[in-house]
Amino acid sequence: MTVMTDTALQAAPATKARGYWATVGRRIVRDKVSMACAFILLLIFLAAIFAPYLHLADPYQGSMIRRLRAIGTPNYPLGTDELGRDMLARLIYGGRLSLLIGILPVILAFIIGTGLGVVAGYVGGKLNTAIMRTVDVFYAFPSVLLAIAISGALGAGIVNSIVSLTIVFVPQITRVAESVTTGVRNMDYVEAARASGANAFTIMRVHMLGNVLGSIFVYATGLISVSMILAAGLSFLGLGTKPPEPEWGLMLNTLRTAIYVNPWVAALPGVMIFAVSICFNLLSDGMRSAMDIRN
Amino acid sequence: MNDIVEPIDKLEPLKDIGGVAQPLLQVVSLTKHFPVRGGLFAPSKTVRAVDDVSFAISKGETVGIVGESGCGKSTTARLLMHLMPRNSGDIIYDGRTVGRELSLRELRRGMQMVFQDSYASLNPRLTIEESIAFGPKVHGMADKAARLLARELLGKVGLRPETFANRYPHEVSGGQRQRVNIARALALSPRLVILDEAVSALDKSVEAQVLNLLVDLKREFGLTYLFISHDLNVVRYISDRVLVMYLGEVVELGPVDEVWDGPAHPYTRALLAAMPSSDPDNRTETPPITGDPPNPIDPPSGCRFHTRCPFAEAMCGEATPKLTEITVTGHQAACYMAIPGSGHSKAPAAGVQ
Repeated sequence: MTVMTDTALQAAPATKARGYWATVGRRIVRDKVSMACAFILLLIFLAAIFAPYLHLADPYQGSMIRRLRAIGTPNYPLGTDELGRDMLARLIYGGRLSLLIGILPVILAFIIGTGLGVVAGYVGGKLNTAIMRTVDVFYAFPSVLLAIAISGALGAGIVNSIVSLTIVFVPQITRVAESVTTGVRNMDYVEAARASGANAFTIMRVHMLGNVLGSIFVYATGLISVSMILAAGLSFLGLGTKPPEPEWGLMLNTLRTAIYVNPWVAALPGVMIFAVSICFNLLSDGMRSAMDIRN
Repeated sequence: MNDIVEPIDKLEPLKDIGGVAQPLLQVVSLTKHFPVRGGLFAPSKTVRAVDDVSFAISKGETVGIVGESGCGKSTTARLLMHLMPRNSGDIIYDGRTVGRELSLRELRRGMQMVFQDSYASLNPRLTIEESIAFGPKVHGMADKAARLLARELLGKVGLRPETFANRYPHEVSGGQRQRVNIARALALSPRLVILDEAVSALDKSVEAQVLNLLVDLKREFGLTYLFISHDLNVVRYISDRVLVMYLGEVVELGPVDEVWDGPAHPYTRALLAAMPSSDPDNRTETPPITGDPPNPIDPPSGCRFHTRCPFAEAMCGEATPKLTEITVTGHQAACYMAIPGSGHSKAPAAGVQ
C-alpha cells in the first residue's frame, strides 16, 4: 500500500505527502460497518436539523381520540403516543434535543479534559498530582449517580443537564488524555525534538498533539453513546427536559405506562437511543483501527 | 525538470574557536543522582547513576564508552544533551561553558544525538522528510529550504529521497530508519554527534553498513563522535579512544588499542575476557567475572569494583582510587594496582613507569 510518488528532487520541492488524516480517511471509507453507521447517523442528524422542512405533523398537537395508535396506522406511520401526538414527528423533533445533550457535553468535556490531561501529562510532577487527584475525586462516583447528583443540585433544565454531563465526562477524558500524553512524552522522538532545541509549545504542536488527540478523540466518540443514555436517564427522572418537549429519554419515560397497551410504539424512543449509541460506538471502533496506520 | 539546481541551504556549523588543540567537548565532574523514594516512612535514597565523571573529546576523534547495562552510559549521553538536569559538573563545548558562554540552543546546534530505538525516535505521524526537516525549521529555516535539506541528507545517508522522503517510519526497515535518524541528527550541522547504542539494535550485516556509513559521514562532514555501545568489537572498530564505565564512574580511559592490549583495570580485563572468541581452541573456560553489579543505590565504599575484584585488598574498600595517568599516551586507570606506589601489593613501585 506504499505509494511511491515520483517527485523530482530539485524542481518540485515541498510536494506534500498524503497527510496522516487523509490516509486515515481513506481507510475508514473502506470499512463497511463504519460507513453504514456513519450513514445512519448522518440520516438522523439531517432529519433532526431539517425537521421543520419535512412536512411533519405538529409534534405538540395531541388528540384524545387518537391515542396510542399502532405503527402503520394511516397518517401515523409510527403510531401516536399516549396523548395522541404523531410519533414520527416527535421522534424526529426529539432527535434535536437528544443529540444536542448527547453530543455537546462530550465536546465540552473533550476540550476541557484534553487541556487538563495533556498539561498534567506533559508537565508532570506536582501539577500532575494536583490535577489528577482532583479528577480522581469525581471519578470515584459512578457516572450515573454523579450526573443525577449534579443535576439535582443545579435543578432541572436542558442547560443544567448539559453542565452536569460535562462534569461527569471531564474526569474520564482527563484520565485518558493524561495517560496517553505521559506515554508519548517519554518517547524518544520527543526527546529528539527537545534535543533539536524546540520549545515546549512546538513539541506539543508538532510531536505530541497528533499522537495524543487521536486516542482521546476515539475515546470521546465512545462517550457520546453513554452521554445520550445518561441524558435520557436524566430526562426520565425529570431532571432534564420537561414535557411536552419531545426528547427521547423523556418520551421513553412518559410512554412507559403504555408498554402493555402498545409495546412497539412505547419502545420506539429506546430504539432511537440504541441505534444512535451503537452507531457511535461502532464508528469509534472503526476509527480506532483506521488510525492505527501501522497495519 | 533537473535544470533548476538551487543551492541547498544549510545551517552554518558553530564556529571553531580554539583550533585543534582545544578539545571539542570537556566534561568536568559530571554528576547525576536520582532520588529513589523509599516507602512512606523510609528515608529516600539516591541512585548514583553518574558520579564525578570527567573526560574530554578532541576535535575529529571518536570516543567510545563501554560498560555493562546500568553503568551510566546512556545517562551520560542524556546529560550531555541536556535532556535531563544534572546535579553538578560543567560541560564545556569548544572552550565555552554551557549555560554561561554558550546557550543551550547553540549547544543543540553543535551537538546532536542518535538514539538506540530507531522506531521510537521517529514520530509515527510525520513523514521521514518532515522528521528530518523539523530541527532546521526550529532553528529558523524556511519550510521549503528545510525539506530540500532533508532530501539532500537522505541522499547522504544512502536513501533515495524520491523513494523515502514521503514515507512514514513504519514503512521502512530498521536499518533505513536508523539512517533517517542519522540524517535527522546531521540536519542541524552539528560538530559532535552522540551515538547512543545507535547500531546495537540492528542485525549484524545492517550494523556493519551503518557503521561504514558513520565512518564516511565523519570524514565528509568533519564530525566528532561519542560512541556509546556495549558491543566491544564495534567500539574497537570505530573508536580512537575508549572510556570504560562501571557503576557511574570512569574506571579506565585511553587509546583503544592500548586499552585492548594492556587493560590496566581488572574490570576492563574482565570485560575484554568476556568477549566470545570465534576460535574454538580459544574458548573461555572460566567466567571472567562473577556476580551482578552491586546496586547503584548503595554503591560499595572505596573502589566500586572491589566486591567483584579478584585482587581486592583491604585498601580497595577504604578509599576510591583516582583516575591516574599510567602512560604518556594518555592511558588512565582508576585502580590501585595501576597506580605506582599506591600500597597495593600488585602496584608498580613509585617512580617506575
